[in-house]
Amino acid sequence: MSEPAASVRVEDLSYAYPSHDLVLRDINLIVRKGEMFGIIGPNGAGKSTLCKALNGLVPHFYGGRFSGHVYVADMDTMKHTVAELSLKVGFVFQDPTNQFSGVCMRVDEEVAFGMSMLGFERGEMEQRIAQALKQVGLSGLEERSPFDLSGGQQQRLAIATVLAVKPEVIVLDEPTAQLDPIGKGEVFETLRTLNKEGYTIIVAEHEIEELASFADRIAVIDKGQIVLLDNARETLVQVDSLKSIGVDPPSVTELTHTLATDLDANTSDYPISLPEAIKFYPEILKGRRIQ
Amino acid sequence: MTPIIEVEDLWHVYPPNITALKGVTLRIGLGESVALIGQNGGGKTTLAKHFNGLLKPTKGKVLVEGVDTKTSDTSKLALIVGYVFQNPIHQIFSSTVYDEIAFGPKNMGMAGKQLDERVIKTIEEVGLSGYEKTHPYDLDYGKMKLLTIASIMAMKPKVYCLDEPTTGQDHVGRRMVATLVKRLNEKGATVITITHDMKFVANVAQRIILMADGTILADGPTRAIFQDERTLQSAQIKPPQVTQLAEGLSEYSVPRDVLTIDEMASAVRSKL
Repeated sequence: MSEPAASVRVEDLSYAYPSHDLVLRDINLIVRKGEMFGIIGPNGAGKSTLCKALNGLVPHFYGGRFSGHVYVADMDTMKHTVAELSLKVGFVFQDPTNQFSGVCMRVDEEVAFGMSMLGFERGEMEQRIAQALKQVGLSGLEERSPFDLSGGQQQRLAIATVLAVKPEVIVLDEPTAQLDPIGKGEVFETLRTLNKEGYTIIVAEHEIEELASFADRIAVIDKGQIVLLDNARETLVQVDSLKSIGVDPPSVTELTHTLATDLDANTSDYPISLPEAIKFYPEILKGRRIQ
Repeated sequence: MTPIIEVEDLWHVYPPNITALKGVTLRIGLGESVALIGQNGGGKTTLAKHFNGLLKPTKGKVLVEGVDTKTSDTSKLALIVGYVFQNPIHQIFSSTVYDEIAFGPKNMGMAGKQLDERVIKTIEEVGLSGYEKTHPYDLDYGKMKLLTIASIMAMKPKVYCLDEPTTGQDHVGRRMVATLVKRLNEKGATVITITHDMKFVANVAQRIILMADGTILADGPTRAIFQDERTLQSAQIKPPQVTQLAEGLSEYSVPRDVLTIDEMASAVRSKL
């Protein structure tokens, strides 16, 4: 069986912002086509910088010292401009209002804005606007002002603006951090749908219980280095390692780790999501768990 | 319990005609730790801004220590009720951590050794020792948030209103704020926290006030509110993951009203 194609390849990446110490050290990772890839870690660990290295903002916009290689959809980010890269990799910021042009008074114009900067034709643009708004569930709101939308709608609009370009990879830097529970739910649901449609999605997040339920693999970053990188399950059951760098695993995973001796449970038994825990615990409580 | 804040049929209309509060009535007792929860746009911040006179009622009444906020001086109210804004950038204006914390007590007339002791002690309490001369904007987000709480603590108000102190924080930051809120409350302060983080609520608040569409949907002990599945669902709020697990296991006679991982661990152990 052949290896699935890589969407993103990061080789020996180290980076420092101008006149600062290194914020990324020897990062190596591959994100496969169609994968849902999570990045977790404390604030200041380098999550945002890594995200920005994937669309070329690091180093093209920020400058600084950059070594190693980042390939996105087979493009070497050092050899392409941010505009060229943005055709293949869409970037979504934490605060959607930072992403908006600020000059568009309508939702559909906002989606058109990015495309017009990249030189798309009118007919093509209209079709893509309709499709992108449909993908994020904002059809019907074309004429609304982006600033009259709820937080969750604004963040979905930000996702639509990058979707319209039809990128292969979408990178999101803490897209739900500023949202209320409804907004968070809307954004996670949108990401799930897009991933099913085949997009490669890379998302930095603190909402680990959400991430647990849909990420294929998760990388944990601390002090500029990848300290854990594995399938979501294998990463999240490393309760002690996660807690030692200040990351709280899902509550049901931490609970099971707390009870591991009482339950005679191995990490391979640990639930990482609520549905898994609701299956796991009855077996324990009925005393019928098969060892 | 002695009430410190009393709200009677409070209405608030933002010009031209957005009605943000539609007849809210509640009492908050001295020394309570209350979480104000609910989706954005439900009226949480509008309500909290009435507690220290930042907003005045369109209709109805707000009493702080028995005094109507319509007639009391906002600067005096600020000494009783300290308000920590959601965005630290909106609050910080000094160029060092020390000066930022000294500003409040200085305005209250403190000076010299007394002022210095107050500032140093507050810096220690929030764990920012060593950052006295740092520019607030050079702190990371979590420490900036602690600084904005510290600048209010230095005035020793009886009531703290914290507007989304956990938003944008990583797990360490959330825990630091939780520890600080608990400690302030244990020392007798009344703390009102606006938050979307239910794990935080379960850990620090004795009481939940759930708001939606300008009204109070539910008001009661944290443990009881997190059991009220129907009301929570109508507000699209999920209780903490361990509470949801306990509910999912209720047919195995696990108590349903579990709030924390430790409580759940004990509950499971007792059934083994």
